[in-house]
Amino acid sequence: MTWGGLWGFLRDLTGERAYERYLDHRARRHPGEPVLAEKEFWRRRTDAHRPRTCC
Amino acid sequence: MLSRKTRQLAIWVPVAALGAVAWTILALARGENVSAVWILFAALASYAIAYRFYSRFIVKTVLRADDGRATPAEVNDDGHDFQPTDRRVLFGHHFAAIAGAGPLVGPVLAAQMGYLPGTLWIIIGVIFAGAVQDLVVLFFSMRRGGRSLGQLARDEIGPVGGIAALVAVLSIMVILLAVLALVVVNALKASPWGTFSIAMTVPIALFMGLYLRYLRPGRIMEISGIGAALLVLSVFGGRWVSESGWADAFTWSGQTLTLVLIGYGFVASVLPVWMLLAPRDYLSAFMKVGVVVMLGIGILAALPTLRTEAVTSFARNGDGPVVAGSLFPFVFITIACGALSGFHALISSGTTPKLIEKESQIRVIGYGGMLTESFVAIMALIAACVIDPGLYYAMNMPGPALGPTLESAAGAVTSLGFTITPDQLSAAARDVGESTLVARSGGAPTLAVGIADLLSSTLGSKAFWYHFAVMFEALFILTTVDAGTRVGRFMLQDTVGNVWKKAGDVSWKPGLYGSSAIIVGAWGYFLWTGVNDPLGGINQLFPLFGIANQLLAAIALAVCTTLLIKTGRAKYAWITAIPLAWDAVVTLTASWQKVFSDDVKVGFFAQRALYQDALDAGKTSLGNAKTTGQMEQVVTNATVDGVLAAFFALCVIVVLADAVRVWIGALRRPAPTTEDPYVESKLWAPAGLIPTAEERVMMKEASGRGAGP
Repeated sequence: MTWGGLWGFLRDLTGERAYERYLDHRARRHPGEPVLAEKEFWRRRTDAHRPRTCC
Repeated sequence: MLSRKTRQLAIWVPVAALGAVAWTILALARGENVSAVWILFAALASYAIAYRFYSRFIVKTVLRADDGRATPAEVNDDGHDFQPTDRRVLFGHHFAAIAGAGPLVGPVLAAQMGYLPGTLWIIIGVIFAGAVQDLVVLFFSMRRGGRSLGQLARDEIGPVGGIAALVAVLSIMVILLAVLALVVVNALKASPWGTFSIAMTVPIALFMGLYLRYLRPGRIMEISGIGAALLVLSVFGGRWVSESGWADAFTWSGQTLTLVLIGYGFVASVLPVWMLLAPRDYLSAFMKVGVVVMLGIGILAALPTLRTEAVTSFARNGDGPVVAGSLFPFVFITIACGALSGFHALISSGTTPKLIEKESQIRVIGYGGMLTESFVAIMALIAACVIDPGLYYAMNMPGPALGPTLESAAGAVTSLGFTITPDQLSAAARDVGESTLVARSGGAPTLAVGIADLLSSTLGSKAFWYHFAVMFEALFILTTVDAGTRVGRFMLQDTVGNVWKKAGDVSWKPGLYGSSAIIVGAWGYFLWTGVNDPLGGINQLFPLFGIANQLLAAIALAVCTTLLIKTGRAKYAWITAIPLAWDAVVTLTASWQKVFSDDVKVGFFAQRALYQDALDAGKTSLGNAKTTGQMEQVVTNATVDGVLAAFFALCVIVVLADAVRVWIGALRRPAPTTEDPYVESKLWAPAGLIPTAEERVMMKEASGRGAGP
């Protein structure tokens, strides 16, 4: 794995690439339809955060 | 070029040989110094063989995972709940969700029986029970659109199984939160350093929440880095506080800490998620990786010798002061997380299956994720077995049994047959920057001493590492308290919502506050009684937590077995039926002893009778209960705990009976399938974490066609 690949992996792991993935998803599945602005996207994503926890 | 078969032999014969040597040394060594490295080798070699052969058999032969079939993530790809996720990322998320403080606590408490019983159970248990449960639940949930364990139990076993699952989840949640919160209380009472650094995690998380909300949304990595740096600073700050005039302001009693935790739990669970919960989750995940790496480095750098016996006399006579009861069944109850944890079934159903890219990846995520947690448990066990046994008992015996002074504590430990002097006790406390280490039961502080011991041999200040370890353990636990209360509230609102619509509306404030208060009140009650228990809270409550967790495992394994039979895999149903039988025997024996044992150390009702009779006879003190008030307390606690143990056992019996009824029916008449219809997959991705040579070639071809991952 290259350094760039590792960086990308870490960004994926922390969820930091979520907005890029969202834009990608909209372009693939719903081309031409409007997309959320970045700030609004993060707001909704955080509000939908569900706890996943164990012992 | 060697043939494939020769290459396989060249790898697996040495691995098997290493494992065999390590196990032989662990099994035969008596009375001589055994290096902890042998435990590591035994674990790693066993995991490797189990993963290569047994998990492959389950995935290929039993479950017949099919990469030609689209997963729910591919079919329903909606960009949030369902999305094909890189297997390495999903492995990380799944592991972070299943592993918390549990695998760090149970093995430490079970170390009183010696290093061998815990090691055997953690390794054999994970290979044949825990990892199998996680994997099979993940598979069946994935084939059913990511349905939750409760829904699977209701669909496959029936309404009785469904209700039992729901009740089990709610009650295990309450007991879990109480026990974990008790661990935090025992770590922080009379510790200004610890209390300050944990208290600081709240403003740090709030700052992170504000940063992500208003300053730089989406910059998760940079704020996690800032947060982690602030956490380290707060540990340094704690030392300064403990040596300054502020020390008194952060020196809290167990009772004060309990009330603060209960208040915190309530407020945290009703605040918007972005303020506290989401940033705490980021921090916790960040720290989790740090802990695993730190423990590993510590053990490898120090190559410590085990100071505990292989099997102590407590394993045989059941007189262990930390958790009472003999090896069978109590080692299997005390160590749940790391060997077999029913709680994982909640993570393996529901969220993770909705994110899987390819069916064959369930092997590395389900089975591999659980093996990783097991390895964390093994490292925690090692850390507990390398500290001085005298100190171990001085820290983990019930407080009232240790008495108020260092002299009384040293005396209590000596009467067990171990030696520690009051001077050694005060030196040990001074080394880690505490006023005392006596009666810090619950596992977390003991593990912190172990980690500090391991790391200080190469990396300096013992006091810093001790408080660093306490800080992250408490951080995990507070995250669980916050998240668990919320999960419990959702479940309660959902359940009550079935009969009273309004209560199910999650945006209705009175319903929200009311249900949060009920959940916090429930665990708060057990926490309060635990902190004040004259017989020692951990000693009384930890077995209940273990029984509840294994009860949930019984439900999950029963669901798995039912599904294997119903889907025409009855020939292979033993892969979950055998662990289920074992788990049922363990859980039922443990609850039987907790309810009916005549031994007052073990049986709740025997305790109740002893103290009630003494009260009736007009006595004003008995054993560690020094007043009639405390004696009445023992009577009440023992009654509540005994009723709970009986109730858990009843749940297991009901679910099992109902499941067996369904099995017989399904064997006589094939059941209609509940699987989602087959959809052909258009995605391609490697199965394991590291792509094989063949997969790399395919990856190249796929990217050439523009359809690659």
